[in-house]
Amino acid sequence: MSDKLYGLMAEFDSATELVDAANAVREAGYTKTDAFSPFPLHDIDEALGVKRSILPVLVFFGGITGLMLGIALQVFVHYIDYPLNVGGRPYLSWPSFVPPSFELTILVAGFTAVFGMLFLNGLPRPYHPVFNVSRFALASREKFFLIVEAADPQYSYDETRGFLEGLGPQEVFDVPE
Amino acid sequence: MRDLKEIQLSMQPPMVQGDHNYGTVSDKIGDVTLKRRTPFHWFIGFGIAFMIAQALLFTITVLLARGIGIWGNNQPVGWAFDIINFVWWIGIGHAGTLISAILLLLNQKWRTSINRFAEAMTLFAVACAAMFPLLHTGRPWLAAYWLFPYPNTMGVWPQFRSPLIWDVFAVSTYATISLLFWYVGLIPDLATLRDRAKDKKFKFLYGIFSWGWRGSARHWHRYEIAYLLLAGLSTPLVLSVHSIVSLDFSVSQVPGWHATIFPPYFVAGAIFAGFAMVLILTIPLRVWYNMKDFITDTHLIYMGKVMLATGLIVVYGYAMEAFFGWYSASQYEVFMIKNRIWEGPYWYMYWLLILCNGISIQFLWFKRFRESAFWLFIISIVVSIGMWLERFVIIVTSLNRDFLPSSWAMYSPTVFDLSMFIGTIGFFFTLIYLFVRFLPIISIFEVRTLLPEANVHGHQQDFDESVLEVEYTYDRTDPPNK
Repeated sequence: MSDKLYGLMAEFDSATELVDAANAVREAGYTKTDAFSPFPLHDIDEALGVKRSILPVLVFFGGITGLMLGIALQVFVHYIDYPLNVGGRPYLSWPSFVPPSFELTILVAGFTAVFGMLFLNGLPRPYHPVFNVSRFALASREKFFLIVEAADPQYSYDETRGFLEGLGPQEVFDVPE
Repeated sequence: MRDLKEIQLSMQPPMVQGDHNYGTVSDKIGDVTLKRRTPFHWFIGFGIAFMIAQALLFTITVLLARGIGIWGNNQPVGWAFDIINFVWWIGIGHAGTLISAILLLLNQKWRTSINRFAEAMTLFAVACAAMFPLLHTGRPWLAAYWLFPYPNTMGVWPQFRSPLIWDVFAVSTYATISLLFWYVGLIPDLATLRDRAKDKKFKFLYGIFSWGWRGSARHWHRYEIAYLLLAGLSTPLVLSVHSIVSLDFSVSQVPGWHATIFPPYFVAGAIFAGFAMVLILTIPLRVWYNMKDFITDTHLIYMGKVMLATGLIVVYGYAMEAFFGWYSASQYEVFMIKNRIWEGPYWYMYWLLILCNGISIQFLWFKRFRESAFWLFIISIVVSIGMWLERFVIIVTSLNRDFLPSSWAMYSPTVFDLSMFIGTIGFFFTLIYLFVRFLPIISIFEVRTLLPEANVHGHQQDFDESVLEVEYTYDRTDPPNK
């Protein structure tokens, strides 16, 4: 084990234990914490104090961008750059511009949702200190993990370790940097 | 009086059967992919599909060398197999998005174990569909300038007032968003495979494609938001795609095409055909890969019910088409209906269609047929044929006798029409076989949320904790499905 630690990690068997432990950790005043589970847990957001993501706002503006793009493209093509009289229809025949604009709205909003999520999550990130714990491979399978980072102002190795062990985990691991 | 649990169980039968925990779920689904030895039946199926796909390759080669004259299209039947097959495949694709998006928003838990391969089916079906209009242009690389708006040296643009361009936008958006949806759903499962793979090569590949996913609570939080938003975006998208496909027809003035009922009628038909294809794929798959624990009989029964409901909407559409033809009091419309149903040369196609889509689904009213995987499979195949016939009836019988009797002509497909269609079926199943071998066919992390132990203090971990839901949870010590 190297001297410098990224943090301390506790392993739990069930989702309920993880949420209870996360609540205890938050109440003890730790802020730089994270939990890992093999499927999404709603109660953990509250337990860890995860703030609501800004993603929906980004997606909204992504959609607006797509809409504007669609309208601008068609107005440019049929009204400004190459006005073409087809059967006496007006150049700005906007009802027929609706379907492509709608599709572009969805397209850009969808891209924003996916790549915004990955960007905000800091992915792709093939390496992360938590992977140094060999048991952590089970986080994508059946086990639940809670980590307190060494960067936490309240962190001190012995105290935090003792505190985590008091929460009834399977085991507490040192997470090397 | 029955107790609450019994009522709950009868309302929402368990979606996972057998004794499972997070680990066994991960193993059972993951092992299909991670097992070193490929089962023998996979090679047989893949081999057959791959051989049939060669017919597609051959046809495309001949088509590009000699032009679309090798098809049976003529005047006035300028649209034939190419558009029939396009609409057929696009329709099949709709069930995937319906299952993954609309049923997610409706909080239907039974979608969980079928959404993954239904989405894969969507992607592959859209790939098959897109080939037809692209190749119908003869030389697709020269068609780009009127399909996509890019500043070209000729200074011309696509005509955005044409439904055909709407179609380009709708189908390409649909393909892209379906791909994103499918891939986002795969990320946590690829991380599971990465952590379980023994083979270095696969560990590396799954590692790359899972983007370093580690299941952090903050990541899950954004992930769920992104997934729900994608579902919300896909829902109007999927409805718009087949509506726009139907506008290709209904915006024109050809009798038999020019009908306001087309968009909803096409969308219902798409879902109908899509569920039939999902059943065709599911029923053998769950037996071959022993997935009956996750794809239970309840799933099949529900899909049968959706098929019945959408099938009835489609039959209503047929009735309305006939009614509109008569009620329009236009001699061309009246003639079209007569021509289609009894006077014309293709009358038998119409009655085959009614037999396949109208009569066959009536069996689904009966429990005996709904609960039998065998009969569901047979009915699904019949429905798939019926939906193909529907497009044939709409397209060919409307065109072959249009306004001027002097320009009437019969249509019959050439061998290349047939080989291209059959070739795409082979191509579709080739892709399905590759998918089944290399990616998890069922969403592992979502199945985990279905297990009773996934409930924290009795809270269900759905995407949408609806207030409408009957709040009841199993005692943690109870076996879940007895």
